[in-house]
Amino acid sequence: MATITANPPRVGLPALLKHRAVHKLLLLALAAAILVPLANARWASGTWPSALTVDFSEPLAKASDWIIDNRDSHPLFLYFFGHVSNVVVIAVRAVYLTLLAVGWAGVTALGALVAWRVAGVKLALGTGAAFLACGLLGMWVPTMQTLALMVVAVLASVAVGALLGLAAGLSDRMDRMLRPVLDTMQVLPAFAYLLPVVLVFGIGVPAAVLATVIYAAPPMARLTSLGLRGADKGVLEAVESLGSTARQRLLTARIPLARKELLLGLNQTIMMALSMAVIAAVIGAGGLGDRVYQALASVDVGAALAAGIPIVLLAVVLDRVTGAAGEKLGAEPEPHSGRGWLYALAGVVVVAVAGRLAGRLDWPDSWVVGIAEPVNRAVDWMTAHLYSGVPVVGGTADWAGHFTTWVLDPMRDGMQALPWWSVLLIVAALAWVIGTWRTALTAVLAMAAIGVLGVWKPSLDTLSQVLAAVAVTLVVGFAVGIAAARSDRLERALRPVLDVFQTMPQFVYLIPVVALFGVGRAPAVAAAIVYALPAVVRITTQGLRQVDPAALESSSSLGATSWQQLRQVQLPLARPALLLAVNQGLVLVLAVVVIGGLVGGGALGYDVVFGLAQGDLATGLVAGAAIVCLGLMLDRVTQPTERRAKKGA
Amino acid sequence: MRIRTTAAVAAVSSLALLTGCGAADMTKQASPFANAQGSKTVTLSVQSWVGAQSNVAVAQYILEHELGYRVDTVQVDEVPAWDALSQGRVDALLEDWGHPEQEQRYVKDKKTIAPGGELGVTGHIGWFVPTYFAKKHPDVTDWKNLNKYADQFRTPESGSKGQLMDGSPSYVTNDKALVKNLKLDYQVVFAGSEAAQITQMRQFAKEKKPFLTYWYSPQWLFKKVPMTEVKLPAYKEGCDADPEKVACAYPHTPLQKYLNADFAKKGGKAAAFLKKFKWTTEDQNEVSLMIADQKMTPEDAAKKWVDSHKSTWKKWLS
Repeated sequence: MATITANPPRVGLPALLKHRAVHKLLLLALAAAILVPLANARWASGTWPSALTVDFSEPLAKASDWIIDNRDSHPLFLYFFGHVSNVVVIAVRAVYLTLLAVGWAGVTALGALVAWRVAGVKLALGTGAAFLACGLLGMWVPTMQTLALMVVAVLASVAVGALLGLAAGLSDRMDRMLRPVLDTMQVLPAFAYLLPVVLVFGIGVPAAVLATVIYAAPPMARLTSLGLRGADKGVLEAVESLGSTARQRLLTARIPLARKELLLGLNQTIMMALSMAVIAAVIGAGGLGDRVYQALASVDVGAALAAGIPIVLLAVVLDRVTGAAGEKLGAEPEPHSGRGWLYALAGVVVVAVAGRLAGRLDWPDSWVVGIAEPVNRAVDWMTAHLYSGVPVVGGTADWAGHFTTWVLDPMRDGMQALPWWSVLLIVAALAWVIGTWRTALTAVLAMAAIGVLGVWKPSLDTLSQVLAAVAVTLVVGFAVGIAAARSDRLERALRPVLDVFQTMPQFVYLIPVVALFGVGRAPAVAAAIVYALPAVVRITTQGLRQVDPAALESSSSLGATSWQQLRQVQLPLARPALLLAVNQGLVLVLAVVVIGGLVGGGALGYDVVFGLAQGDLATGLVAGAAIVCLGLMLDRVTQPTERRAKKGA
Repeated sequence: MRIRTTAAVAAVSSLALLTGCGAADMTKQASPFANAQGSKTVTLSVQSWVGAQSNVAVAQYILEHELGYRVDTVQVDEVPAWDALSQGRVDALLEDWGHPEQEQRYVKDKKTIAPGGELGVTGHIGWFVPTYFAKKHPDVTDWKNLNKYADQFRTPESGSKGQLMDGSPSYVTNDKALVKNLKLDYQVVFAGSEAAQITQMRQFAKEKKPFLTYWYSPQWLFKKVPMTEVKLPAYKEGCDADPEKVACAYPHTPLQKYLNADFAKKGGKAAAFLKKFKWTTEDQNEVSLMIADQKMTPEDAAKKWVDSHKSTWKKWLS
């Protein structure tokens, strides 16, 4: 500990903080000096002592047996879960049948005209084109299945999220109670709760919808609560003085005033629900995700891409349309907007009826463009030429090998060789210096829970992969982000690329990644970097661009070079944004850890996939819980400032 | 507290009203995408390996073109597929590699799943090295000599030991125990999915590198990357009973079909056809190779096979 306390805290921190950090570390060192010898005397072992673990495999196996044996007879299932499941099935089916009845022309017209009304002509054309592209790729029916699933899942998420948000927005006690719940829901990797959901509801759509709701409801809840709390006090007082009841105030003033936040919540919920569409395929949700997943099984990147593109298109269209709707809010409503909607509706009906009369409800088979073959040829060429034997720089397989031997191996071995108490101390020190004693306690408890669960070693293996991936992501992400912040042209050019990276299902690029980097931890790290990079680039760019122009001008008037400006003005001022980028990088990389298990990443990711594939609740759930703990720990260690700032708002 | 209880009661009763009062049956849970537009639908489960895709593709083609059904396919691993079968989410599982525990639970105790007979294909799991390597070093095909070659099978991932590559977590494997009990200087590296494993094997084969892998037959990849099996201590009935102490080879398993019990009784022509569906390893490989290597869509591959093997499948319909 002495070395850490002796290190001068980072430059740029206010003196007060410096002082406080030293205090905290001294206190921690004192506690360690007392506790460590005690712990060491009792449980002298390098890794987590087995005396301190609890074996959950037996109770979990029993629980899973109980569910399977009682699923057909116990009232809990007959009168509750069974009905939930039926409602979901009926709802999804109703939407799906409606979409099929409207036909491809009708659905395309509906999409385009809704986009026209909410977001203007340009996006209407884009929306229409996107739907047609789904058909051209031969994915019309799966797209409709995914759409039906999404409609129901988003509605359910919005309902759940809005209710939670309402509770949190109106009562401080509920807000305090809900915050850790929402935090956990968000850092929880989706794979971790697929298995219990599947056990209760079985494979298929109901489980997929419920898993999606768990994943997609938190942003809605957070933004609803934020919107209600942020309502203008003056307006509220005015409404109150008119003698309205609390309910009237809520309905006529607070909710309308929170429209912007509500819409942003809707936007976020849609995006998160869509990103679940593919993961849900693992539990038999069908639709586009299933096509991607099936293509993966026959090692067919082209076919996977053909199913992945509609997902990207849906995501981009929905994002832009809801985004544009949010921007238009607050602006004066156009005259005759009611009539415009009427025209739009009439147009849809005309097209749908025309399609029906022409007997063209299904997308015609002859209008399908096969992209699979050329894509596969391109991938083959790329992997054949880059894998090995490239002069001077070496092939991608060599890089992956070096990365594994020189970076991943020492990191993993080093972390696993650390005595268990020292890992806890490091976590405590990091979390306490940046945050409060509460965040430090949460982080330490999360880390200790991993030990208690009995998965200390694989968890540190996973942690080493996550840290390596985040390090690369941050280096590349900051570099690209800085470049994009300084050039509008680059930023514009990057936008579609980042969109694709962010929304393309990870399953699509798993095969190329293996073909380039071989099986093992290196391709897992590469896949994680691809996934986390866009968020880091975006946050960095935005943070740098928001730096006060006055500060920049004054520094350039003092004769600072562009590089000096960046280093001494922009980067320090954008520090909160950069910290957020670090945090998001960590959370996103951790979200892909499970996917990494599919390409040889091993450790916790493999265990979760194993649990799901073998119906082994004990292995899967324990590994999932460990990932959750890692997520909580990393979140607390990196981003307490953000949360404290929010609390004040 | 009272408000919350009332809300809960209201929620449950409205759920009950929405779905028709009374108990909901978790054993009858069809997919919402089934029977759309008034057509009869059969839902088949597909497992992640290509052989399973071939079974389903051909069954699907015949169901659609000869019997007039619509077919939905869902990709699920074997064990979850058993669960889905028992609930009626899928109607049939066409290729099961032997799950005695599930068989006991669902077929014998709960009777929600009915056996659908043999697929006609015999499966075998083993350890394989590429034939180009076995030809150069003939003694590698006996497990006793494997330690001699450990350093040739080394990769960055396996560190100082040789690499034994395993596949998807859904596969039956004793490899970790085998390596330990046979005292082999090897590290089991899990590729995590069959797709990753195949991709890696093809990359190795392209460079004629040595590798040792868990693999199984029937499998189309043998046609592209010829492989030779490494002999493990012979399999005897029950030698794999204790997963910790296994020290013998994998058995030869006649692959089985299973149907949802309700569907088996009331599934009409579709159920009768799926029970009769039985083909050979060669047939399956033919379709698999078209799908996985020539990258034909499963539908096109099935059509090609169906067009040229009328006598085989006509028997399934009689």
